[in-house]
Amino acid sequence: MSIWEYANPKKFMQTSAWALPWVLGATVLCLGVGLVWGFFFTPDDYKQGSTVKIIYIHVPAAMMAINAWVMMLAASLIWIVRRHHVSALAAKAAAPVGLTFTLIALVTGAFWGQPMWGTWWAWDPRLTSFLILGLFYLGYIALWSAVDNPDTAADLTGVLCIVGSVFAVLSRYAVNFWSQGLHQGASLSLDKKENVSDVFWLPLVICIAGFVLLFLTLVLMRTRTEIRARRLAALLARERLA
Amino acid sequence: MMPDLGKYAFAVLASYGLSIALIAGLLALSFWQRLRVKRALDEVEARTGRGTGDG
Repeated sequence: MSIWEYANPKKFMQTSAWALPWVLGATVLCLGVGLVWGFFFTPDDYKQGSTVKIIYIHVPAAMMAINAWVMMLAASLIWIVRRHHVSALAAKAAAPVGLTFTLIALVTGAFWGQPMWGTWWAWDPRLTSFLILGLFYLGYIALWSAVDNPDTAADLTGVLCIVGSVFAVLSRYAVNFWSQGLHQGASLSLDKKENVSDVFWLPLVICIAGFVLLFLTLVLMRTRTEIRARRLAALLARERLA
Repeated sequence: MMPDLGKYAFAVLASYGLSIALIAGLLALSFWQRLRVKRALDEVEARTGRGTGDG
């Protein structure tokens, strides 16, 4: 069996119909356990007090904001190279989800930054590249809406996605490239010294898994809607011609 | 049951509240779009006699 079988809309619809309830169930379980554990059953940080509880939303949302763009890039490249419509529609379906995660990361970052840094916002490398990534999401969604021909829209948004990937990479590595910003380095690291304290680590990992699953749930659901909308448009066009 | 968030209660609760509201909004929008498109497609398929059988 090849992965390209799922480029067939019918096969994708059948498989996603089977998978969606399981993925949704796993999402509710992971997010429920992770957020309840993190919010109610973890101690305050000795430096940051109770604001450390924001980590369970801020870090997973920021990670998924970047990874959503990476997924869109992969799907766009598949569209550009192999012309599989499902991949273009999956990229389109993922954009509002990525934008929502970007907004969550920016807003929770501001709420966290104000008491810790004394400011809601700073033109720090990571914050600025993240804001630009958010603007790229908006531009990507607007471009899909602005172009009538779906194949042309997929081509143009594919190119935009490739260009925007620079900012997705910058958002991830800005802290490593430029060390003058306010934002600290990665919260999760293979290096034990850089990692968050053990007491916060497990609920954080569960929350990250929850956000990954939430992304998958929403993308599957929204891609199914996009496929149906495409079929609806085709049937209506055929009806008008008949 | 509610943990004592001290002087940071606003920052923490606002972060959780806004995030949950944004996610709930996106979920609601996605479900609504799904319902609207599925209903319209079912109508057209019934009218034209073309089914998808896509589950």
